[in-house]
Amino acid sequence: MNLDYTKEQDMLRKSVDEFLSKECPFDDVREIEDSESGFSAAKWKKMAKLGWMELYFPEEYGGLGDPFGDVAIIMEEMGKKAFPSPFFSTVIQCGLILLAGGSDKQKKELLPKIAAGKLIMSLAQLEEEGSYRATGINLPAQRAAGGFILNGIKMFAMDANIADKLIVAARVGEEGIALFLVDAKDPGINYTKMDAIGKDNLCRVTFKDVKVGDGDLIGGVGEGWEILEQMAQKATLAKCAEMLGGCAESIEMTNAYAKQREQYSTPIGGFQAIQHYMADMQIAYDTSLYYMQKVAWMMDEGMDTTKELSALKAQVNEKFKFITERAVQIHGGIGTTREFNIGLFYRRAKAHEYIMGDTDYHYAKLAEALEL
Amino acid sequence: MDFKLTEKEEALKKEFETFFAAEMKNAPADFGNGGIESIYTSDEGFEFHKYMARKLGEKKWLSLGWPKEYGGLEATIMEQVIFDDVRGYYSAPGVDAFAVGMFAPTLLAGATEEQKQRLLPPIANGEAYYCQGWSEPDAGSDLASVTTTAIREGDHYIVNGQKTWTTGGHKAEFMFLLARTDPDSKRGKGLSVFHLRMDLPGIEVRPLAFMDGKHVYNEVFFKDVKIPADDLIGVEGEGWNLTRQTMNFERSGAGGFSGAKKMLEGLIEYTKSTKRDGQPLSKDPNARRKMVELYIASEVGKTLAYKIAWLHEKKDFMSLITAASESKLFSTELAQQLANYATEIMGPYGQLEHGEWSPLGGSMVELYQFCKGATIYAGTNEIQRNLIAWTGLGLPRLKFK
Repeated sequence: MNLDYTKEQDMLRKSVDEFLSKECPFDDVREIEDSESGFSAAKWKKMAKLGWMELYFPEEYGGLGDPFGDVAIIMEEMGKKAFPSPFFSTVIQCGLILLAGGSDKQKKELLPKIAAGKLIMSLAQLEEEGSYRATGINLPAQRAAGGFILNGIKMFAMDANIADKLIVAARVGEEGIALFLVDAKDPGINYTKMDAIGKDNLCRVTFKDVKVGDGDLIGGVGEGWEILEQMAQKATLAKCAEMLGGCAESIEMTNAYAKQREQYSTPIGGFQAIQHYMADMQIAYDTSLYYMQKVAWMMDEGMDTTKELSALKAQVNEKFKFITERAVQIHGGIGTTREFNIGLFYRRAKAHEYIMGDTDYHYAKLAEALEL
Repeated sequence: MDFKLTEKEEALKKEFETFFAAEMKNAPADFGNGGIESIYTSDEGFEFHKYMARKLGEKKWLSLGWPKEYGGLEATIMEQVIFDDVRGYYSAPGVDAFAVGMFAPTLLAGATEEQKQRLLPPIANGEAYYCQGWSEPDAGSDLASVTTTAIREGDHYIVNGQKTWTTGGHKAEFMFLLARTDPDSKRGKGLSVFHLRMDLPGIEVRPLAFMDGKHVYNEVFFKDVKIPADDLIGVEGEGWNLTRQTMNFERSGAGGFSGAKKMLEGLIEYTKSTKRDGQPLSKDPNARRKMVELYIASEVGKTLAYKIAWLHEKKDFMSLITAASESKLFSTELAQQLANYATEIMGPYGQLEHGEWSPLGGSMVELYQFCKGATIYAGTNEIQRNLIAWTGLGLPRLKFK
């Protein structure tokens, strides 16, 4: 057993921390949140030079072939900085879908562009009912000459407003679910940003007679759900890693605050109630982090992690909310302001709860996996 | 990072599993959850504890991590954690928490050669059973404020005072005692540690009834009890440091997590084979949610046990203190959550302690009562939170008068 990261992993972590500390202080985070695009093209361009976007892609598609556990390190550090970018949508969700189900041609065409920071992508899966299940995907893809026609509404499509290409999950009649590559600039597509607590790029996307060709299918008709489930394994781990970064930063900034903020002529960190909240936050974080590390290892070893990922996401959902709620409490009044950074994490804990499955979805999945 | 066990560790794990699976078949019918209550509350329970202790002693598994010169196997920390993990899964007795878990490491750390040669072998052989003479009516969390005195007179120390919450004091042959040897001292200064026999004249053991009437712990009164001076462990007046070290000789807590896992497995099976309102309990959404929560908690909690082993191996003792506190806190609150959820899922049957109608032999309602002590003993969970805050987070310590 070895529970330490390698020197190379520590170096990777340090380089991500250094880049983001310099390039994206919390004031910039707030600025990006308040912008219409919810995105900084300048920062994205700089990031593309660092090799993060091709880190886990196989070498044959221009990647570095690193284990996915290294991506988890990048996500953790991004989470600590509350860094808003289409990295998760593009590199993780869409990159994984292409790797799991894309043709060789599609992979050779798109993955290098993603790696170079020249292609932003968004997954449009959830619909108006807001169900995470296969039965929640009903947007019709009607067969037509040479392809399909898409009509309908998608909700909660992250970064669709800034995407160059979408991956749309649709239903081909009785044949089942299929995934389609769609040009985001198609005139039949309309975007509306959904005002959300994460101040992110959640979009409602409407499709009117949007034509796609047979070559735009990712995988076969009827294989779409399986591809999404495959993507969901690693994407869930990545999102949990990011959320855990947020937990770590929330605890650190709150601890620092408690040591210096004085009331009754003494630091509030000396009061037992505060100390007990902090201890509970630390345990919540430690147990979740160690479990994430274990699941990341299992995944890189090729073990089945279906149960573990549902357990992990549910756990991280609840603990990130718990930690940030206590963190704001300890900060007192200023914790509720936009100016102080802790609010960024409080809001993210709620927003990220819904990405890659909420707690109730994962509880149900886990109950099924345990054969209850 | 690597969570894999080595081939040697896997083989050892199998060896432990084979042993416990076989031996636990010899447990008395009513043995229940194992743990302190099953060992001390009945004669059969204690006899089985002694039986297992001798069997484990034969294999030198009571002295797994000790130096070979004292009868140990010098097993690695990881191997010791694996042993705890497997033993916990089977809720097996035999490893005397006080003799093996606390006093033996204390002897190894601070006893004279003569004492080690005299006192360690019976412990290793599973022939010596101890109780802990620490808490007093006015010294619980604030253990350093004990007032039981041990005053030097010639070749003896004369002990006067009272201990409480003495688990197994009615069964143990020996005690390790924390007493004040300097009567003018206050709190942690002037305390000493002793080994003593429970059959010495002047010792009176009075039962304390647990809330369900069972006899687990006791008050122990000392009136002019003469302990040989050779049984002072360590340096006179420096017993507090030795005692704090003893507190840190916590096992990883692996046993608590694997025990919880086994109980959850039993609960799941029960819910699948028990019907209410036309369907198995396992189909009820409330029951499903509770069991899934328990599964998640036992999975994430378990990582603490192995983290502790790792920190121990790296000799990162500051992080170890924090991790050990986290583990104690988490596993005891998990046990309470398990007992709560299980007895809730069982509906009105959740309150039945014994008899033909009590689900899972009444083990969950027994746990509900006994695990209430777990968040209090071995350092209350409030103290554990203080330690995590002070040692782990660097927050200001309480100042004592």
